[in-house]
Amino acid sequence: MNSWLIQNASIVGRETADIAIENGVVTEVGTGLTAPEGARVLDATGLIALPGLVDLHTHLREPGREDAETVESGSRAAALGGYTAVCAMANTSPVADTAGVVEQVWRLGRDAGLVDVQPIGAVTVGLKGEHMAELGAMADSAANVRIFSDDGFCVADPKMMRRALEYVKAFDGVIAQHAEEPALTAGAQMHEGEFSSQLGLAGWPAVAEEAIIARDCLLTGHVGSRLHVCHVSTAGSVEILRWAKSKGWRVTAEVCPHHLLLTDERATTYDPVNKVNPPLRTDTDIEALRAGLAEGVIDVVATDHAPHSSEDKDCEWAAARPGMLGLQTALSIVVKTMVEPGLLDWDGVAERMSRRPARIAGLDGHGLDPAPGVPANLTLIDPAASWTVVPNELASLSRNTPYAQMTFPATVRATFLRGEATVLEGKAQK
Amino acid sequence: MIRHLLSAADLDRDTATLLLDTARQLGQALTGREVKKLPTLRGRTVVNLFYEDSTRTRVSFETAAKRLSADVVNFSAKGSSVSKGESLKDTAWTLQAMGADAVVIRHPASGASHRLAGWVDGSVLNAGDGTHEHPTQALLDAYTMRERMGRLDGLRVTIVGDVLHSRVARSNVLLLRTLGADVTLVAPPTLLPVGVETWPARISYDFDAILPKTDVVMMLRVQRERMTDSFFPSVREYSRRYGLDLRRAALLPDDALVMHPGPMVRGMEIAPEVADSARSAIVEQVANGVLVRMAALYLLLSGEKGAE
Ligand SMILES: [Zn+2]
Repeated sequence: MNSWLIQNASIVGRETADIAIENGVVTEVGTGLTAPEGARVLDATGLIALPGLVDLHTHLREPGREDAETVESGSRAAALGGYTAVCAMANTSPVADTAGVVEQVWRLGRDAGLVDVQPIGAVTVGLKGEHMAELGAMADSAANVRIFSDDGFCVADPKMMRRALEYVKAFDGVIAQHAEEPALTAGAQMHEGEFSSQLGLAGWPAVAEEAIIARDCLLTGHVGSRLHVCHVSTAGSVEILRWAKSKGWRVTAEVCPHHLLLTDERATTYDPVNKVNPPLRTDTDIEALRAGLAEGVIDVVATDHAPHSSEDKDCEWAAARPGMLGLQTALSIVVKTMVEPGLLDWDGVAERMSRRPARIAGLDGHGLDPAPGVPANLTLIDPAASWTVVPNELASLSRNTPYAQMTFPATVRATFLRGEATVLEGKAQK
Repeated sequence: MIRHLLSAADLDRDTATLLLDTARQLGQALTGREVKKLPTLRGRTVVNLFYEDSTRTRVSFETAAKRLSADVVNFSAKGSSVSKGESLKDTAWTLQAMGADAVVIRHPASGASHRLAGWVDGSVLNAGDGTHEHPTQALLDAYTMRERMGRLDGLRVTIVGDVLHSRVARSNVLLLRTLGADVTLVAPPTLLPVGVETWPARISYDFDAILPKTDVVMMLRVQRERMTDSFFPSVREYSRRYGLDLRRAALLPDDALVMHPGPMVRGMEIAPEVADSARSAIVEQVANGVLVRMAALYLLLSGEKGAE
């Protein structure tokens, strides 16, 4: 089952070659290969083979909100989006702040078998920012946690942030910060600017993100640890990150597809499908984020896939929960916003959606280009195809996509997890 | 004709003028009548959906609808399923099943009326949504100004106070600009939203300097609670810098008008002697409210259905 001969694929957008896979491992990459024994043959003419995508920021909602998403449904959405690994955020119910919960999520992911689900552990107990969670126990658990985050909330207390950064050095952990100064965003509903002033929605100022990023970069430099900045959304944040990286500090950052494409003008509909945290910002920010991603100041694209049930979105803007679906649209949006304008080539896409995130998360078998001896975690993309987003056709249990009826370039034709096809001909295999 | 009235921006100059003219005609049609009622909306149902206590606005809409012979249903947040946590969408479906021709909604969330308009077939009138807009208040203010000053074009209107949290200010700025007035906003910088520089209005922090160049001054209510959130240091300092007291009122041109959308905090943003003076239009604002709401209901409901 896990042996394949993939013929005539463009390897990461470069030369055309066959990929032979035996028992889940790539054995050969070259032209005119013969099929390994018992292998199925897949004609990949016109398709691009990428290392399986890796998402550093996924909300799977299980345990606690299985009506919005489960590990299995989210894994399916991920596979269909070209992913072979996702990092599951800790803001579940109960919170993933103990070895027990992270192991539960990890097992659910393994049982679903569609992608590798790597749990992220909470930094503080209950995401409350008061007491450090047992980070070491989570690191030592079967889930082997290396990323810790209170995402949804900022680790706002500078002393707590400093301690967490220091503490995880013992096991090469990284703190993934949701950068939002809470005193500046009480009641905030959308980007603070022209549209918030018109719409009477409380503003979420760019400075609330930038101030925390600047502080955390300084702390990281001071204690010599690793910081990962979640969902960077402003032009100012890009500048601060560029400066921090110039110091040689170990700071990495992600940007979400929606922040590369959509602006705060979307809020004028008052449809909370456009409500997300951090909020959609301006054209200037989009431009800076795209440039930062192209340059490498922003290391990776992460989805912040955040499913919500209809009662949490079919309501007044202020009553709605923030977040949008992202796993099945991420690659297409990166193609639209980065590849088509010439800001990234396919190697750049592989770097920012697979190799870099895999290295940040410490996922050894992921983010590797097809080569002999490498686990066959791959995805095949049709760059010439396009598709229209139909919310009801997405694999997620929720429907909160802001992209309904939008047409995007590039489709995922197949995804392989250690040689097992999780997606074939654009359809999930389980 | 437009189908909903959600924002003052829904009204172009012709429509806004038609609305004000209609209000005036309705006022004339009613004067001298023994029964203050016109048969225009007989058989139509107007629902008042109020999620906030505002007897003044609710009664104004109710009176307006009844004077046009519409059936009025009051659906208040108190004592209905609304208070039991029924969602706005579920309530919308109930109203839809009732066959409401128009829904007048007052809601604490900005944009609630926009959401409702997407869920019902009838016309939606925004009677105040959060800190967003209150378009019929702006219409009655414009009506009052036009009646008293004889024109709106070129009129210098100064709006003073908590612009940041004011739905009245947002609607007034939009409507007055549409109707050709020049609007200046005066407030402490903390009570002006970031982004206000994109509004079609001038900004000033110097009330004294603006008053001699003002035809109409509109004082917005300032809630004391803003003080505890550090928008300004004290009531005393606020009144001293931004309150309309007798000394300041004397800086206005002789024929200038003083307005307040109410409810007033006397002694805070406006001195009682100024509020009760002859140049104040605060009392007639209430009467004019019924007329412009009649005009709005009339034009929305007698217009071609589903034209949009
Ligand atoms: Zn976050």
